[in-house]
Amino acid sequence: MIEGTGVITEETTADEQAPALPSPSLDVPVTVIKPSRGLSFIDWDAFWQYRELLYFFVWRDIKVRYKQTALGVVWVILQPLASMAIFTVLFGVLLNAPSGQVPYPLFAFAGLLPWNYFSSALTRSSSSVVTNANLVTKIYFPRIMIPLSSVISGLVDFCVSAVVLAVMMLLYGFPPTTSVLLLPVFLLLAMVTSLGFGLWLSALNVRYRDVNYLAPFIVQIWMYLTPVVYATTLIPERFRFLLSLNPMTGVIEGFRWALLGPGVTDTALAPGLVAVSVGIALAVFLTGLVYFRTTEKTFADIV
Amino acid sequence: MSEIAIRVQDLGKHYRIGTAAERHDTLRDALASIMRRPKRGGSHDGADANGSSFWALRDVSFEVKRGEVVGVIGRNGAGKSTLLKILSRITEPTTGHAEIHGRVGSLLEVGTGFHPELTGRENIYLNGAILGMKRVEIDRKFDEIVAFSEIERFLDTPVKRYSSGMYVRLAFAVAAHLEPEILLVDEVLAVGDAAFQKKCLGKMGDVAGEGRTVVFVSHNMGVVSQICQRSLALREGEIVDFGESRGVIGRYLKTLQDDSRALATEDRFARYPDQEIVVTAGRVLDQDLEPTDLVIAGQPITMEFDYRTRNNPQYAEIALTIFNHLGIRVSHMNTAMLAGPLGPLGERGRFQCALEDTPLPSGRYRVALAVHLSGRKVDEQESALEFDVDDSGFFAKRSDAAIQYSTVLLRHAWIHGRG
Repeated sequence: MIEGTGVITEETTADEQAPALPSPSLDVPVTVIKPSRGLSFIDWDAFWQYRELLYFFVWRDIKVRYKQTALGVVWVILQPLASMAIFTVLFGVLLNAPSGQVPYPLFAFAGLLPWNYFSSALTRSSSSVVTNANLVTKIYFPRIMIPLSSVISGLVDFCVSAVVLAVMMLLYGFPPTTSVLLLPVFLLLAMVTSLGFGLWLSALNVRYRDVNYLAPFIVQIWMYLTPVVYATTLIPERFRFLLSLNPMTGVIEGFRWALLGPGVTDTALAPGLVAVSVGIALAVFLTGLVYFRTTEKTFADIV
Repeated sequence: MSEIAIRVQDLGKHYRIGTAAERHDTLRDALASIMRRPKRGGSHDGADANGSSFWALRDVSFEVKRGEVVGVIGRNGAGKSTLLKILSRITEPTTGHAEIHGRVGSLLEVGTGFHPELTGRENIYLNGAILGMKRVEIDRKFDEIVAFSEIERFLDTPVKRYSSGMYVRLAFAVAAHLEPEILLVDEVLAVGDAAFQKKCLGKMGDVAGEGRTVVFVSHNMGVVSQICQRSLALREGEIVDFGESRGVIGRYLKTLQDDSRALATEDRFARYPDQEIVVTAGRVLDQDLEPTDLVIAGQPITMEFDYRTRNNPQYAEIALTIFNHLGIRVSHMNTAMLAGPLGPLGERGRFQCALEDTPLPSGRYRVALAVHLSGRKVDEQESALEFDVDDSGFFAKRSDAAIQYSTVLLRHAWIHGRG
């Protein structure tokens, strides 16, 4: 029938404000359903109530990811190693890109580790709501759980490749210093950035399937706009501020700094750069959150 | 404790069916339309003259008391699912509000969120969590769920290797163990084999017995009258009837008959202007020749069809095939087998096929129809008639096995001898 054919747009009418919540004089929880108006932010109560579902979504993503593959989790190691090898040949050997005192393979891997996490988290979260359309149209739960779980489940792959990196660091004679303690901060920045863009793209994807085609393309171009496989010193000094507008620059530079020490990054740029990255990441995250929360009420009608 | 479990006040849901200019399925369309015209002021009254918007639900108000089992009936598009989706907070209402007192569980589909790659065991946890169960709750009920589903042996097999029957049984087993104070159920009993349906019905009966509030959407009038004390009939988004189930169902079926007669007659005849004969309406008559939708297994019925003709055809051969809910052909009836062609036809008339007996298991049936004029197929309908059968009185004792393993119920007797 007409319902659920995807050609329907919800009229976002909000009529007069419904009566306020009835006084909760009883022990039964009372849910009031009424048209919402304006912008929405996080509904913490619902989020807390459904926290186990978030766990199960993450668990499902991880369980399913390498099912029916012969190599299974080995892919998590193979993929970044293979791309590291390619970039080492291309940039390290053929183009002889500078990488400070750090051998190029290690330099590249330290950048690819957070980048691969970011790109897969972003790609997965931007298609997540559409992929889970069957849930969205049949069950209530805080919709934000879907893109959030995509961002969280990517951490497993991240941890596996982090072990590979740790081994490489020891092999190349770069034992971690105390600065490695700040690594979680940069990882969090990567998560916030991918979730921020993921929220925007997943919500847009519900209405515009163009996002499915756009997202991988954006990620690909974005990688070359980020100093993942080259150092910021490759960019003329007067253009470097442009790099800092990209929150992933802060993440990648931060990772290299925390893992390999200050030898490789443009330290003069670092504190300001990270501050700008954090600011932009937060702005994208907060606007993405509001956009997602405000449009999520129409998800079930148009997805 | 409050007496009221659900209070719905002036609830409405407005949809706009996107026209070419407004349906922004792709970014390009959206950009194009932004370029074409500035954003219109909010015309939210739903009175769009072009008919591209409609109220799926309008001014719906009702109350459900704690512990009550309420049926929601109405034809497709009447707003039943929309109502349930709003109450389960999947979609927002456009107007009005609803208050729900208690923890809600909704079952709009069996097996929502099942992942084919995961095993039965894993899916029990995943699906349980999706339906709103806590992990400890699932742990506690796990054995019971497995026993109910009858799939113990395949618990660690990915569900993609399950037969569809096993899949549904597992999914329903999880759903049946949901224990919210208020349960919203949409047509989920339409799946699975009959025996399992009965088992689920039994489970739902228990649920009602435990004082749980249930709102139950169904097309199956037999089931609704069996488990719901009160029912609510929707029509084009509005409540047309609310009261004691049998009364509501009776009146609903009556309007259904009237509608199909009034609507189909003109409609179908006009729609096939090249056809020499058009069957315009069909109905099932009970033994008193009253229209009915619910057939009591074992009682005689008459299938009646109205027709109109053009260009004065003389004789027609009629073929009817009864299909059960699984799409299995139960029986075929053909004028060629008995009476020979019917006629002379005249401009309009009706033909009847009288069945002496209806030895059919409970379920929904449809009747496909074909009309031939001198060997040429002229009119055809995949579903000229639909009806439900209730077999609870067919044999002396009710048995689920009879339904599970039967396509027809053969009357029989047991005789025993010794030595």
